[in-house]
Amino acid sequence: MNMQSDAMSWETVIGLEIHAQLATRTKIFSGSSTAFGAAPNTQANLVDLGYPGVLPVLNQNAVKMAVKFGLAVGAKVAQRSVFARKNYFYPDLPKGYQISQYELPIVEHGKMDIVLEDGSTKTIRITRAHLEEDAGKSLHEDFQGYTGIDLNRAGTPLIEIVSEPDMRSAKEAVAYMKKIHTLVRYLEICDGNMQEGSFRCDANVSVRKAGAEKFGTRCEIKNLNSFRFIEKAINYEVARQIELIEGGGTVQQQTRLFDPDKGETRALRSKEEANDYRYFPDPDLLPVVLDDAFISDIRATLPELPDEKAHRLVREFDLSPYDAGVLTASRELAEYYDKTVSIVVGGDRKSNAKAVANTVTNILTFSLNKENLDITESKVTPEQLAGLQSRINDSTISGKLAKEVFEVMWAEGGSADAIIESKGLKQITDTGAIEKVIDDIIAANPKQLADYRSGKDKLFAFFVGQVMKQTAGKANPAQVNELLKSKLAG
Amino acid sequence: MSLTRKDVEAIAHLARLAITEEEASLYADSLSRILHLVEQLNAADVSTTEPMAHPLAGLVQRLRADEVTATDQHEKFQLNAGKVSSGLYLVPKVIE
Repeated sequence: MNMQSDAMSWETVIGLEIHAQLATRTKIFSGSSTAFGAAPNTQANLVDLGYPGVLPVLNQNAVKMAVKFGLAVGAKVAQRSVFARKNYFYPDLPKGYQISQYELPIVEHGKMDIVLEDGSTKTIRITRAHLEEDAGKSLHEDFQGYTGIDLNRAGTPLIEIVSEPDMRSAKEAVAYMKKIHTLVRYLEICDGNMQEGSFRCDANVSVRKAGAEKFGTRCEIKNLNSFRFIEKAINYEVARQIELIEGGGTVQQQTRLFDPDKGETRALRSKEEANDYRYFPDPDLLPVVLDDAFISDIRATLPELPDEKAHRLVREFDLSPYDAGVLTASRELAEYYDKTVSIVVGGDRKSNAKAVANTVTNILTFSLNKENLDITESKVTPEQLAGLQSRINDSTISGKLAKEVFEVMWAEGGSADAIIESKGLKQITDTGAIEKVIDDIIAANPKQLADYRSGKDKLFAFFVGQVMKQTAGKANPAQVNELLKSKLAG
Repeated sequence: MSLTRKDVEAIAHLARLAITEEEASLYADSLSRILHLVEQLNAADVSTTEPMAHPLAGLVQRLRADEVTATDQHEKFQLNAGKVSSGLYLVPKVIE
């Protein structure tokens, strides 16, 4: 198709600016609380309101969290960084400027690896991450001709994480955003709540002819706060730019908004002169100077990072890279997995790690997805799941019946022991009992026996099936195999 | 470097200042003279000078403990506001 081949001749170029609200108790420059959901303007003091004569004082936890992020992405943490004023007028910015960092940000030159659809790894470069304050919120509804302003959010600390234009599709952008999202939650520097706006991004999108060296003119899509919207907005924007250029037009550099209801982006009122932010160093704040000890103390608090953890699971326990990726995709899931493995009784560590990985990535994930639940809402706890694995390890139940036990556990609750007991699922390991079942089956199937003895090896599976049927799957499979082999041989 | 009246009007707009045409000419002239002064400063050789972010050389930013010290005083603050409703400051509608 013609459209297809045209689309193939274009290359998409994407860079992201991610805003992550830092999980401090107070604002970046004042002692006001940052707790979400308070009544309007009850958490905005004189500093947040931009009253004359007040002075900002920097929150040490905001600095520590920014440094933590920098170290986790292998970036250079600046021993000297400077706050600057970014000047613009908007009612939710009472001072008329946002305190940000411009020439000397606290974090520079990091990187983040993403896994592409074909399984290969790609490195996305992080240009910089700087500290800044969030603005307040404008509420445009319900005030008949007025806009309502809530300044509780004004002054909430943010890090803005700026990537190089290294992504080549909406999927790559989403993969990168997800990796950063996972990381900030591992580091406990951001709660990652996208619905409440704690984690959001602006996407810079342009297109160019495949093979071209120069970037095309970009548009910036503002305030994307869900992974689904990012993908949709970028795909829409790419199609719009290609269509525009192929129709003989040119892309105008502009800021656009994504409308999730219509699934399209639209231009914000063009304010080209407003882009002159007149940055200058904020005279109210001195340079931030961090010594080696400050930085190395923070380095010592870094947890095992998701990528490191995934690599370790592959290396130590032979998990597949895919399973390791799934298990480390969120801190909560990784903790659930670790906890389960650590309390399983019996079996060696490696086999337990593999078995639990299997159960979590298959059966548990399936049940969670089916009911649209998060791992923190799982109906089966690590203790319950470990109990189930322990009963497999000591041969109380067969691996086959484990799924049945899990399903009862999920639906009705209860420990593995209680379920095995009440449902009569205990594995039959009594050799005499299994022998009796086998004898009966051999007696009832003389033709199959004769065929097997004349060389039809495949019929072995038939006999195993019959034994399992007779015992409702409870016979110990290893014993069944062994006993059947000797009895069938005659 | 000199500023034109148009430059002055653009700057006034960014600063949300209402100025008359006469004032625009006046400011174009006086601001240009300030720029000429800066040009003289620009002539100084600073190639070996570290840029300063602050005149208080050698001082560094003090960091504050992350503890809530502010209390809710919004009722008091909102006495200064032109218009308030359900705890919100009301401003002329901002349309995006």
